Amino acid sequence: MAFLRCRDVHKDYLVGTETVRALDGVTVAIDRGEFVSVMGPSGSGKSTFMNLVGCLDRPNSGSIELDGERVSDLTSDSLASVRNRKIGFVFQQFNLLGRTSALDNVALPLLYAGVDRGERTTRADEALARVGLADRAQHVPAQLSGGQQQRVAIARALVNSPDMLLADEPTGALDTATGQEIMRLFQALNEAGLTVIVVTHEAEVADCARRILRFRDGLITSDTLDEVRDVAV
Amino acid sequence: MSLFELVRVSFDALRVNLLRSVLTMLGIVIGVAAVIAMVTVGAGAQAEVDRQIEALGSNVLMIRSGSRWFGGARTAAGSSQSLTAEDTRALKAEIPEIAAAASANRGSGQVVVGNMNWSTTIYGIDADYMIARNWEIAQGREFEPAEFRNGAKVALLGNTVVEELFGAGNVVGQAIRIKNVPFTVVGALKAKGQSFGPWDQDDTVMVPFKTAEGRLLGKSTHRTGSVRDIYVSVGDADAMDLVELDITEVLRQRHRIGPGEQDTFSIRNMTEMVEARVEARQIFNMLLAAVASVSLVVGGIGIMNIMLVSVTERTREIGLRMAVGAKERDIMLQFLVEAVTLCLLGGLIGIVVALTITVGVAEIAGWPVLVQWPIVIIAIAFSAAIGIFFGFYPARKAAAKDPIEALRSE
Ligand SMILES: Nc1ncnc2c1ncn2[C@@H]1O[C@H](COP(=O)(O)OP(=O)(O)OP(=O)(O)O)[C@@H](O)[C@H]1O
Ligand SMILES: [Mg+2]
Repeated sequence: MAFLRCRDVHKDYLVGTETVRALDGVTVAIDRGEFVSVMGPSGSGKSTFMNLVGCLDRPNSGSIELDGERVSDLTSDSLASVRNRKIGFVFQQFNLLGRTSALDNVALPLLYAGVDRGERTTRADEALARVGLADRAQHVPAQLSGGQQQRVAIARALVNSPDMLLADEPTGALDTATGQEIMRLFQALNEAGLTVIVVTHEAEVADCARRILRFRDGLITSDTLDEVRDVAV
Repeated sequence: MSLFELVRVSFDALRVNLLRSVLTMLGIVIGVAAVIAMVTVGAGAQAEVDRQIEALGSNVLMIRSGSRWFGGARTAAGSSQSLTAEDTRALKAEIPEIAAAASANRGSGQVVVGNMNWSTTIYGIDADYMIARNWEIAQGREFEPAEFRNGAKVALLGNTVVEELFGAGNVVGQAIRIKNVPFTVVGALKAKGQSFGPWDQDDTVMVPFKTAEGRLLGKSTHRTGSVRDIYVSVGDADAMDLVELDITEVLRQRHRIGPGEQDTFSIRNMTEMVEARVEARQIFNMLLAAVASVSLVVGGIGIMNIMLVSVTERTREIGLRMAVGAKERDIMLQFLVEAVTLCLLGGLIGIVVALTITVGVAEIAGWPVLVQWPIVIIAIAFSAAIGIFFGFYPARKAAAKDPIEALRSE
């Protein structure tokens, strides 16, 4: 059974008196362990799709199932709990808390999971080690490079052992080399079994994924599996 | 998230904007300090006044010749119209509500012991004086009836005089000279403490009425038997007004004051005098406390203002916290605890400031320090309540944010 299943998902935004249709009937299923990249022109609904799949928002109609649980009509508190347990987010702008150490930034999701302080530190240390920043635990974001900051953000996304990692243009604020480093990190995580969905504008970034979803005007217009890479693997 | 975690998170947030947090707290600090200082200083003043009333003697009326009291001409003093010891006896005999009626004359003079000397107030008193003025004996004994009768050269010393001339220790049987006349000390009086402004009641020497008349205060202005003050103590406080009327009537009769003529004496209710002053001070204190509570509310509004700014500034942080799993309640509590922490810290600092002020004022004014612990506890509870009340709206605003929009904000 698919880990993530969207059926005819619609999302409208009301701007003044006008309704903007951001998603216009998206149906897709993603299995556990897949590496999917989402592409498409600006305004095509990629971020809207990620927000719905990431349980940050609810669709106007259609259903979203995550791990067999219908999340499209949960209360906002239940959604918060799903986000906490099952989903890790990586943002274009890192969204780290300034003046807070890398370690405490990484431990943040555990605070809301009700994990006690000692274990929070242990697990945050482990997560930082996974992204290769074990020696930067006490640095605050301002003392880290962009790539390091994004890796701290990835450690934060990983710390509560989520089922799925969602990244909306994670390399958008980074130079090409650093971006590639981040993508290699995603690949490694995916190979270790994590489901990864990445929104990107760059073809070479998308190439890291085995499956590419292309959006246009709120619809998925193509859904391709990278056979070549499959063969190569 | 446990309360402890919440407090830690809020402390971190307050530390980031340390100066702003301190300035925000200031309103609460000032408000709490003012309220507590007012109440505590007020209580100290009240206690002091209670003690003064106690020291004056309860339900005491003071009668003095002359129609005016402080300042002005006391025309009748020393004239044929002045009060006499006979008047005192008549009052006691004719008005049954009077428990004690005492005659007293007063003058000043030097008391000498060995090579020490001290200038003090000398009272010539009769047998009722101790009761009427609420004096008690600390050492030795009161005067005996024979000593009153014969005008014996015996003296009772007030506490200040004892301290000045003898330090501590037993004074009974000591020989002293008052205005160069040798006296024997038969007892010492219990201290009453400072009273009625700068006048020290304990700075006194008492001798029998007759003794004073003859040897110490027998100036030309004092006819034999004339009395400067009559103190009347009334058993029942409710009867004071009635007794006052009776006294007027008896004295007018005795002094043959015709209808329409002015009294040649005046009567004062000493308790009332002090109470009037207390009341004025209480009203003043209450006014100040009211002003102080207004500053608490203003402080609360300051907290609300800063919390609103903080919520807006930290919109992205709120969005991020929500994205990683914070529930509405978590966000709400975080900001609420932050506001309450600000207020409680402000309140605690305010209490420290207030206690410092109170101790200082009490020191200067010579009042007892009476920390009103209930008020301190109320102040703490009240500042927490202000935090909750004024922090609630900003906190709810933070919790109601949409995570996506919050994350997108600049
Ligand atoms: N909060 C919102 N209010 C109103 N309209 C919105 C809102 N969010 C998205 N939209 C609209 O929905 C459509 C899809 O937006 P979305 O952000 O999903 O596009 P995108 O594919 O992520 O674009 P980009 O590549 O520029 O990030 C756009 O037309 C956008 O204007
Ligand atoms: Mg987008």
